[in-house]
Amino acid sequence: MKLALGPLLYYWPRQSTLAFYADMADSPVDIVYLGETVCSRRHELRLPDWIEIAEMLAGAGKDVVLSSQVLVESESDLKTLRRIVANGTFRVEANDMGAVELLTSGDAPVTNWIAGPTLNIFNPVTLGMFADLGATRWVAPPEMSRKQIAELRHGLGRDMETEIFAHGRLPLAYSARCFTARHFNLQKDTCEFRCLQFADGIPLKTREGEPFLTLNGIQTQSAHVHTLLADLPAVVADGIDILRISPQGEHTAEIVDLFRRAVDGLIPPMDALTDALPLLPDEPCNGFWHGRPGVEQFVTL
Amino acid sequence: MTSARQIELVCPAGSLPALKTAVDHGADCVYLGFKDATNARNFSGLNFDDKALGEGVRYAHDRGRKVLLALNTYPQTDNWQRWTGAVDRAAAFGMDAVILADPGLMAYARRVHPDLRLHLSVQGSATSYDAINFYHRHFGISRAVLPRVLSLAQVEQVIANTPVEIEVFGFGGLCVMVEGRCALSAYATGESPNCNGACSPGKHVRWEQTPKGMETRLGGILIDRFADGERAGYPTLCKGRFDVNGETYYAIEEPTSLNTLELLPELARVGVRAIKIEGRQRSPAYVAQVTQVWRAAIDRLLDDPQPFRVDPAWMNALNKNSEGQSHTLGAYYRPWK
Repeated sequence: MKLALGPLLYYWPRQSTLAFYADMADSPVDIVYLGETVCSRRHELRLPDWIEIAEMLAGAGKDVVLSSQVLVESESDLKTLRRIVANGTFRVEANDMGAVELLTSGDAPVTNWIAGPTLNIFNPVTLGMFADLGATRWVAPPEMSRKQIAELRHGLGRDMETEIFAHGRLPLAYSARCFTARHFNLQKDTCEFRCLQFADGIPLKTREGEPFLTLNGIQTQSAHVHTLLADLPAVVADGIDILRISPQGEHTAEIVDLFRRAVDGLIPPMDALTDALPLLPDEPCNGFWHGRPGVEQFVTL
Repeated sequence: MTSARQIELVCPAGSLPALKTAVDHGADCVYLGFKDATNARNFSGLNFDDKALGEGVRYAHDRGRKVLLALNTYPQTDNWQRWTGAVDRAAAFGMDAVILADPGLMAYARRVHPDLRLHLSVQGSATSYDAINFYHRHFGISRAVLPRVLSLAQVEQVIANTPVEIEVFGFGGLCVMVEGRCALSAYATGESPNCNGACSPGKHVRWEQTPKGMETRLGGILIDRFADGERAGYPTLCKGRFDVNGETYYAIEEPTSLNTLELLPELARVGVRAIKIEGRQRSPAYVAQVTQVWRAAIDRLLDDPQPFRVDPAWMNALNKNSEGQSHTLGAYYRPWK
């Protein structure tokens, strides 16, 4: 089973981002997804910078993928998308149907692309169609349960790499509105790039003080950290190909190590979870995997 | 430029009485759903069984109006047949179009019912012409409903680059999140608009009078608390008051409705072909008042040679039917973002 580092969902200063990926070159991740997927106003790194990181990581033996932006609004968003699709070297994760169109239309359709978690692939007919169009891997929507993923794969009737969201705050929603700018009474167009100050996003609590969500610009995440460390025996039994670990403000490398060792049977999954707890920015959850509300935490021994 | 005659007014019908009301008050089209999770307003007491549907289709068609069927949730492997069955029923009932989100289901509809007109639902999250053209190339969709995220200039750009007719939301409850890209309800309750056709479903809601005020909960999570005299709203997850850095406010969105009536001439100018009114969960009285106002406005745009002017009485009537009695231009107004 391979480990993938998902795209960085937060907006970190340039030097922190470069340092982070330099570290990741030495970590036991097999696959790295790169690029800005949340907000087109974020430009500490531009596409040529991401390509440079991609080359560095590829040189370190990583399988590198460029991820496309989830919410495409402007002509300039489309221009960036076209450049990603035409990069000529790295595979592309399509995160909206515009990306799928650009990858699969025209004189020289791209084969060997990745169907991202926001394409809403919930049944084998839809996934089969993407496979026919050249997708060789799909990332299940985080809200899908173990049972739903297994049934879909069985129904597909052919082999296709399956990746699941295995660790990180859940990306739950996207909006035209920026909730970080709103918090500071700023407009999105003049947001002062406040996201740079929050390596893990801004916590949103209920009026009883319970952590509930995380504001990350136009993206809303869970407050709790979805993690499938304790569920690894089931994940392995199901033959899931790739586990996605979403970068967090701190300790990502240690989380990756825990997953690697637990997957390889070097530590029991429950011990891995126990070791991970102090490294998480909030409480763990795994409800979606169990077909329950995502916020819930099941420990299955 | 679309002439007003070409702008279709698409109105919600959560029940047979609402359908008849919409038709009687000037809707060009009504849209509705079956009584199950195949549509994004899967609420108890709403929607159509076969008997009501037959009568509704007859009522609309006898008066020269169209009926559109929303099948805009995403089927899973174990319930696939329910969704394809719904497409088959739509074709058998002579629907003027089906509104779909799932590409697999579109492929099914195109293959089995080649003459059935297909609309791309807002739940398909297609925000660019490239995305819309994907569905056109593969399934021959005739129309796409845009998510409520684009500015007017961006809507114009989409229309200029696709052969597909564009429908936009004109009025009603406002999803602040991109439709089809929101799992907030699933996170709190296990049920989502994408898979279960419901956001913040009623069976997970608790209203509780406490010493601190009326508390509303969703799946046990406190969404809001109301002081005495404050009107307690339904705990739609994104419209609660939350604490961010010690400040309690509507951190995501206030309870408010989208109202683009004043933009109608602009929407016509850029070539929008249909205006959708949200609210299949609302009463026939709501449908009557909102339909009547939009019919009058579209007719005025067409018939009156004077520059378009919004009648204050129209705004008054719409505000009375708005969530929180207030309205917004949403993404059409840059500061909203």
